[in-house]
Amino acid sequence: MPKAAMKRPHDESCSLLEIRKLRIEATSYSPGGDPQNTVIVDDVSLKLEKGRVLGLIGESGAGKSTIGLASMGYGRGGVRITGGEVLLNGRNILARGVQGLRKVRGNKVCYVAQSAAAAFNPALRLMEQVIESALLHRIATRADAERRAIALFKNLGLPNPETIGRRYPHQVSGGQLQRVMTAMALCSEPDLIVFDEPTTALDVTTQIDVLAAIKDAIRDTGVAALYITHDLSVVAQVSDEIMVLRHGKMVEHGETRQIIEAPRTEYTKALVSVRSIEHQEKRPAACPVLEVRNITAAYGGHVKVLQEVSIEVHPGQTLAVVGESGSGKSTLARAITGLLPPTSGMITFAGRTLTPRLAERSTDDLRELQLIYQMADVAMNPRQTVGTIIGRPLEFYFGMRGRERDHRVAELLDEIEMGKGFVDRYPAELSGGQKQRVCIARALAARPKLIICDEVTSALDPLVADGILKLLLRLQKIEDVAYLFITHDLATVKAIADSIAVMYQGRVVRYGSKTEVLTPPFDAYTDLLLSSVPEMELGWLESAIKGRRMASGGN
Amino acid sequence: MSVSSAPHAKGRRRIPIGAAIGLFFIGLFLFAATFAPLISPHPLGEIVGDVWMPMSGEHWFGTDNLGRDLLSRMIYGARTTILIAAAATALSFTLGSILGFTAAVVGGWFDMTMSRFVDLLMSIPTLIFGLVVLSVLPSNVVTLILVMGTLDSTRVYRLSRAVAADINAMDFVEAAKLRGEDRAWIIFREILPNALSPLVSELGLRFIFAVLFLSALSFLGLGVQPPQADWGGMVKENKDGIVFGISAALIPAGAIAALAISVNLVADWILNRTTSLRGGRGNA
Amino acid sequence: MRLSAMSPIVRLITQRITLGILLLFLVSILIFAGTQILPGDVSQAILGQSATPEALANLRAELGLNDPAYIRYFRWLGGVLTGDLGTALTSRQEITATLLPRLWNTLFLAFCAATVAVPLAIILGLLAVRYRNGVIDKLISGFALTSTSLPEFFIGYLLVYFFAVKLQWLPGISTVYVGMPFLERMEAIALPATVLTLVVLAHMMRMTRAAILNVMQSAYIETAELKGLRQIEIIRRHAFPNAIAPVINVVMLNLAFLIVGVVVVEVIFVYPGMGQYLVDHVSKRDVPVVQAVGLIFAAVYIGLNIIADVAAIIANPRLRHPK
Repeated sequence: MPKAAMKRPHDESCSLLEIRKLRIEATSYSPGGDPQNTVIVDDVSLKLEKGRVLGLIGESGAGKSTIGLASMGYGRGGVRITGGEVLLNGRNILARGVQGLRKVRGNKVCYVAQSAAAAFNPALRLMEQVIESALLHRIATRADAERRAIALFKNLGLPNPETIGRRYPHQVSGGQLQRVMTAMALCSEPDLIVFDEPTTALDVTTQIDVLAAIKDAIRDTGVAALYITHDLSVVAQVSDEIMVLRHGKMVEHGETRQIIEAPRTEYTKALVSVRSIEHQEKRPAACPVLEVRNITAAYGGHVKVLQEVSIEVHPGQTLAVVGESGSGKSTLARAITGLLPPTSGMITFAGRTLTPRLAERSTDDLRELQLIYQMADVAMNPRQTVGTIIGRPLEFYFGMRGRERDHRVAELLDEIEMGKGFVDRYPAELSGGQKQRVCIARALAARPKLIICDEVTSALDPLVADGILKLLLRLQKIEDVAYLFITHDLATVKAIADSIAVMYQGRVVRYGSKTEVLTPPFDAYTDLLLSSVPEMELGWLESAIKGRRMASGGN
Repeated sequence: MSVSSAPHAKGRRRIPIGAAIGLFFIGLFLFAATFAPLISPHPLGEIVGDVWMPMSGEHWFGTDNLGRDLLSRMIYGARTTILIAAAATALSFTLGSILGFTAAVVGGWFDMTMSRFVDLLMSIPTLIFGLVVLSVLPSNVVTLILVMGTLDSTRVYRLSRAVAADINAMDFVEAAKLRGEDRAWIIFREILPNALSPLVSELGLRFIFAVLFLSALSFLGLGVQPPQADWGGMVKENKDGIVFGISAALIPAGAIAALAISVNLVADWILNRTTSLRGGRGNA
Repeated sequence: MRLSAMSPIVRLITQRITLGILLLFLVSILIFAGTQILPGDVSQAILGQSATPEALANLRAELGLNDPAYIRYFRWLGGVLTGDLGTALTSRQEITATLLPRLWNTLFLAFCAATVAVPLAIILGLLAVRYRNGVIDKLISGFALTSTSLPEFFIGYLLVYFFAVKLQWLPGISTVYVGMPFLERMEAIALPATVLTLVVLAHMMRMTRAAILNVMQSAYIETAELKGLRQIEIIRRHAFPNAIAPVINVVMLNLAFLIVGVVVVEVIFVYPGMGQYLVDHVSKRDVPVVQAVGLIFAAVYIGLNIIADVAAIIANPRLRHPK
């Protein structure tokens, strides 16, 4: 594509983007109180050469998105850039006022947001929005811009590139919208694109396609990019260099290979080695604690969300149920717990047959089968203290009162590696990981035979999630409890499962011990799923895409 | 974003100026209402002088259209106004929240029937329906309270049903159901504590509405009947003086406004406090 | 055309209007039933405790009170549908004939108030959003908080006291008659229209502010900012098309409030409209008039609500362009 030649000449000696000693603060207004100042980014400097991709990685609150937006001179909400310089082609854009910033935004630097579905105006056709900045900055005529957009749609692998621009955002799927947004950023031929977690909201099998499309587009156009994500294995696929951030400060910065293969700081090492938990697969026992036979369930009596599902969970072991959104994996949990009574099939638990409806189950059935939720903050009553939350099952199931109960609560807090000091805290005063630990303690308090874990780590940062998984494995050894572990994340599955059930469109498509399920030959869906999970190695994306093309060529 | 342990706002428990003013006036009106016979300079109906005498040291607010002491009538009026409005609010709250909570937790046909009926009642403006009903009912305080309370309970019903339905769908309530807790525990221990703060601030708004509604009815001559007097009725009694430049009617009218604004300020403050406690974003 | 063959938007609008008509029908039952809840009967109420049994029986027969309630309801409904609202008990006049000029007066007053209040509320709402958390926003929201707590008669008599009595700029009593010159009529309704405007302004402004703020905080506005668009372009191209439906919704809902506010304002200014007519006949316990006027108020209210919903349906791109 003819590029660069058309651009204004600039001093070759300086980098495309240079950020010097950036400091960003935010003021939060709590009603009734004085405004509070927090430092979000502190003394961060970076350089980006033309055509290079820098990955910004960190957990939530690391300030990575804030830095990305600062490269466009933009602060979200009450965020202010209070120190440092942002030099684009050698000129400090922060010193050029609103007028100057407007000339940069959408022209030299473009932005791709995490949720394209929200980032598109619902009332305008896609084409209008894609070419808007190209027209605004007089980069192309309408006809040229539309031609260019269509070419980009084609390159990004969108279906019907000629006509998709006439659609409205809600008429296009999430993965496709994300690609349209990438086309929108590329349309005005910028020098730099800020990708802000562009694949995080997507299913894993969609993510790989979008990721490959973005990578190809970057390569073809020679644009530089800041790629922001919390997933190190994703950023390893697209970036030339990586900067690790934590609490608004830089932790480590280096070439991608060095960061992945020879990290220097402890924090980066921890990030790289996340989910590398060693777990010895156990052999199935003679008689399972939970046996689900051919259950079918439907919402509103029509839409079948589970069809003929059969699984077994063995005492003290973990069955991982894996699938993408809409596969029916969470519905399976609801069917087993009786929240959504199955229309047919049978569930046997600890040698007893479970009634389909929750209301008819005995207290023992309820006690021995516990559930832990994905969102720990809504799984706990915000008006109850940790002591009440953990103590209630003790009162309810075992009639424990007073000191006896308090003693057991303290024991449980110990088991989840939290001290007695937490007894009087409210959920709002806990961190995300601590909340999930309290939920685990609440489940354990019932002395269950089986705990259903519904995506318990997917809302957490990787390191915190890692801690929760290790805790669950340790508790399994101590309490000899079985887990039915529902997740979309194959790395988690590999870390903890003894056996695996792969679900797709309401059915179990592959089932067996971990080794069996993860060993070829695969069925088509499992193959797609397994090959889509990013791995922390360079060049994985290319080989995965290649493998996929071969497979589809073979079909 | 992860929630880092929120810094406690210690030493900043001071009351904002608006809420302080509100509390002062509410206190003043409640004091007047409670001790009316003790502090009022004259009995309710006593004629003490000429019609519409101006303010003076003897009669702070002057006299009314029949020559009665306006201050005394204001004090007794506070009692009538606040009592009826409070009773109507209590009725609307009890009725509305019990039915709303039950509808949310029980669901099914009960929820269906109640909600459609409330939709129907709310499709007629409250004042208009109130007037229609009052055209055939006897004019007395009990009728007033019943009509006002019942009509207004539709709003409380909608709010408490929505709030309870929201909470009922939360994972912690589901967790309690899975544990095997009975309905009483779920309503009183899981849902109610979380529904309280939106309901409390609504309580203030409903009370304001009741005061304004009652005043409007009395002003139109359909509320509290003479010789009893509430503030709205006193506006009606003295309104003819306005065109002669006699401001007596403005005093009870101003008192209604002051009461309503005060309750509004205090309710606003309570609402903000509770949302900041929950770590919510406050008023965006 | 069959329902299923229509585009979803036409179907939704048809549904909404049908529902509105059904609602109006149910409301008529409710209003009728609301006037029947008294244990005694209307004739007793009219003639008082001292009435002779013969007089009571005569009046009852004349009013058709000996028929069962549902027959009386259908007789009444049939009359309403053919434009005959019945006869007033007290004046023995045709209600329809008395009511029409008054309805016109009320609508004229409400219309005048709305033409001032609607643009003013939208402009102030926009200002509050533009200078959010600034002094203007605080002033506007403070004013809104205050004026939602003020009774109509407080604002009304305050204005009368200052503008009609002290300054003598405008009349404190709004006398209008048929054939009145336009300017005189405008002068007569200046004060009541101002009161109505103030009554409805705060609420409308607050809701407009919330509706526009909701749009301005959407991610697509940020996208537009990051494209380098100027503020005015962002508002014109991206905010306006999405804000129009919620704002129309707000306006219609508030016009419905305005219609109710009319009742008290008309009494304050002795304005010969529907509200005063209603209040007069409630105290005289003239049931046929109360039923008729109540029904008309309810119909206007429901009608405005339907317009609000239909506007929201039409402006929703998801419904206009189905998948």
